Amino acid sequence: MPLEGETVPAGVMTTQLDAALGWARKYSIFQYPFVTACCGMEFMSVAASHYDLDRFGAGFPRFSPRQADVLLVVGTVSHKIAPVLRRIYDQMAEPKWVVAFGVCTCTGGFYNNYATVQGIDTIIPVDLYIPGCPPRPETVIQGLTLLQEKIQKTGGGRR
Amino acid sequence: MSNLRGERRDVPAASNREALSHLRAEGYNMLVDLTCVDYLKEGRSPRFDVIYRLMRLDPALGKDLGRVEVHCAVDEAPVLRSVKDVWPAADWLEREIWDMFGVKFADRPGIKRLLLYEEFVGHPLRKDYPIAKRQPLIGPKSGDKADSPSFNILRPTVTGE
Repeated sequence: MPLEGETVPAGVMTTQLDAALGWARKYSIFQYPFVTACCGMEFMSVAASHYDLDRFGAGFPRFSPRQADVLLVVGTVSHKIAPVLRRIYDQMAEPKWVVAFGVCTCTGGFYNNYATVQGIDTIIPVDLYIPGCPPRPETVIQGLTLLQEKIQKTGGGRR
Repeated sequence: MSNLRGERRDVPAASNREALSHLRAEGYNMLVDLTCVDYLKEGRSPRFDVIYRLMRLDPALGKDLGRVEVHCAVDEAPVLRSVKDVWPAADWLEREIWDMFGVKFADRPGIKRLLLYEEFVGHPLRKDYPIAKRQPLIGPKSGDKADSPSFNILRPTVTGE
């Protein structure tokens, strides 16, 4: 911020570092799609040209957790694959966010049995829940904009 | 098109391999399914039925020339013999039967689980497997430490146990 009485030269904008970082980060989401089940089809449809996630700066999936900052968990997670999911989460660098895509990842959905994790928030922290079986592309896009708001508000930092 | 179920034949478990090899030689070239039924609630002995569903498939026309369903009544003891060299498809299906029902094959002593993990105790499709029993590898109720880096203690698991 300029001191009192000082004038800011034309073409210069003042802001806070956190706000600037949040603004930059929310429009360059590199997601890691952890796709395990049928919700993957809906994810493909929302990522493809018709609904076009790239409009929101989230069009570039990275299949390495080291390069990704949003973990999209798409589809039913079984107890067998749960340690893999947590390992991928641990491998991601901060700042990172997790999206539970579809009702199975939120709560287990209608799979309450010996095989299924009852919501991925029992094994990793989750920032955003997108319900639906599967969620409509509009729901996903609304979820993504809510996530962008969250990234902006937290200035890109973690919680 | 022929009847999808096909004729049912009951074969003694001890001679399953001979009977099935004979059917293979008769032209039943496709193992459609290999599965198992637990008759615990009926109080039947032997307890399980292992079911082989076979089809004669004309490879040139892709036509179904007839089906047969072979039932072998067995208990837990490994009496049945493997048919994975007769139909290679039987390999994974026999592993699945071991995994889900705990029925072993006499000539596959080191059989491994197919769908579940080796740490899993019991066989979940048996009628006496507790419906609310959970055996997670990580997270709540797994014996995992709550202070491990990404253990989320905000919401414990709800299983109805």
